[in-house]
Amino acid sequence: MKVQQISIFIENKAGRLAEVTRVLGESGVNIRALSLADTSDFGILRLIVDKIDAAQEILKSGGFTVNKTDVVAVEVPDRPLGLYSILETLDRGRINVEYMYAFAEHDGANAVIIFRFDDPDAAVDLLRKTGIHMLDGEAVYNM
Amino acid sequence: MNFSEGRLRVFDPRHECIDRGQLERLQLERLQQVVHRVQKNVPCYQNKFREAGVDAREIRNLSDLSRLPFTTKDDLRQNYPYDMFAVPMKEVVRIHSSSGTTGKPTVVGYTRSDLHTWTDLVARFMTAAGVHDEDIVHIAFGYGLFTGAFGLHYGAERIGASVIPMSGGNTEKQLMILQDYKSTALVCTPSYALTLADRMEQAGMNPRDLSLEVGLFGAEPWSEQMRVEIEERLGIVATDNYGLSEVMGPGVAGECLYKCGMHIAEDHFIAETIDPDTGDVLPPGSKGELVITTLTKEGIPLIRYRTRDITRIHQEICECGRTLARMEKTMGRSDDMLIIKGVNVFPTQIEEVLFKVEGCQPHYQLIVDREDNRDSLEVQVEVQECIFFDEMRQQREFVQSVEGELATMLGVSAKVKLVEPNSIPRHEGKAQRVIDRRNKDL
Repeated sequence: MKVQQISIFIENKAGRLAEVTRVLGESGVNIRALSLADTSDFGILRLIVDKIDAAQEILKSGGFTVNKTDVVAVEVPDRPLGLYSILETLDRGRINVEYMYAFAEHDGANAVIIFRFDDPDAAVDLLRKTGIHMLDGEAVYNM
Repeated sequence: MNFSEGRLRVFDPRHECIDRGQLERLQLERLQQVVHRVQKNVPCYQNKFREAGVDAREIRNLSDLSRLPFTTKDDLRQNYPYDMFAVPMKEVVRIHSSSGTTGKPTVVGYTRSDLHTWTDLVARFMTAAGVHDEDIVHIAFGYGLFTGAFGLHYGAERIGASVIPMSGGNTEKQLMILQDYKSTALVCTPSYALTLADRMEQAGMNPRDLSLEVGLFGAEPWSEQMRVEIEERLGIVATDNYGLSEVMGPGVAGECLYKCGMHIAEDHFIAETIDPDTGDVLPPGSKGELVITTLTKEGIPLIRYRTRDITRIHQEICECGRTLARMEKTMGRSDDMLIIKGVNVFPTQIEEVLFKVEGCQPHYQLIVDREDNRDSLEVQVEVQECIFFDEMRQQREFVQSVEGELATMLGVSAKVKLVEPNSIPRHEGKAQRVIDRRNKDL
């Protein structure tokens, strides 16, 4: 139930983010979701893409530093307290969230939250037991 | 000239204003003695002379000096701690050490006679810089293994000045003492002189209201522009002096009040400039690496020691009347060693730290600059997979741990900046390790 994400190191200077998207786009890679964490000097761009291996290859040969990590995609009902019920479950299960970001599904009925856990296996177990709906890799890549 | 006649004195006119022919005879006599001494007592030189196929008896003219092999800092490291000493330990009365922080520092020993010479030579350049027996000399170099503080301390006492052994740090207290004790001469690094000026201005004091008249600055390279700034802000005459612990410490050369190069104590040292690549001796006035032979040192005499400092030597007689040759302010180093805030830093130390922290060897570059007259060091590190994390917390911890390790290992703080792969320019596949922006106005 894990989804692969790629992270790219980018220096905080003009045009670098555009360069990543250009390199990917020209190779026919489509970005599904993204999040950017930044400091004054550098940023870490995390992407969910449709063709992960190709994307990693292309970026590496374009001179970027790229890592792959496992994240978990959770479907969140689009209503008040929808996210809270999930976070509360994780909290009670003592699962630590390193970071998270969200995007909406095409039909707009649900939101998808991408979670990076320090212990993804334990998180997946817990979420499964409590009946929280997760999306598998294929589902997310082909959204 | 903006100094009083009372400050224009010569400490040792017999030697400082010596006729060059006479000087050369003295140098040759002393050179022959020292070469015999090291050949007899120092295994390192016995081996070096044998390998070079020279013998002490073959030194008949000063020009024969160039037949002798060089001594390098590496030789001193290999003979760490005492194997370069030419006298038994019972004759050594003082030990000092280089500021070097790479693995092993270099150790130097002084006999009683060496300390006497050292004291006289410091008194010589301090007198040339305008210090006299009525001065109150405030020494803000750190007292310890570093030769700076002790060297200037005893030299100033030798002149008969009143010495305040203030040592380094505690700027607030330094200011109080400068003000209350009415110090007239300041001894410290040039960057610290400006720190003192800054602090005084921040505290609403006018540095020009102090009793200071002269400043003797050394232990790090500084520009003419910086001299102007120090002189204007502190209202003093600022002079430069040169020395290195391996050779003796301060006192090898120092400026007179005409500030047109540092007079070399040629009766105790022979200074050559060489092409750092070929080792060929260059004619006077050419820019090259300074090579020093100690003529009178007993504890640890050095033959043709490669200082790695780049300078020019001029033999024209100075307006002050001294005949001793003058060396220009050093213009950088022929190897990679950097002096940052008076501390020796080698690029290889950065490699060691990076390897220690994450077990890999990313490309890096050192950017040395001077901001507000204080040296700054930035280490740019190209991010590789082994040091890249998708979590910001880990990424910042990495930066912090490298900064922490660097501070511990180097003894100076450095800012670590992560950069993208291949952003550091390479020459023939090798990244340029050091960009020193401080020297642009030297």
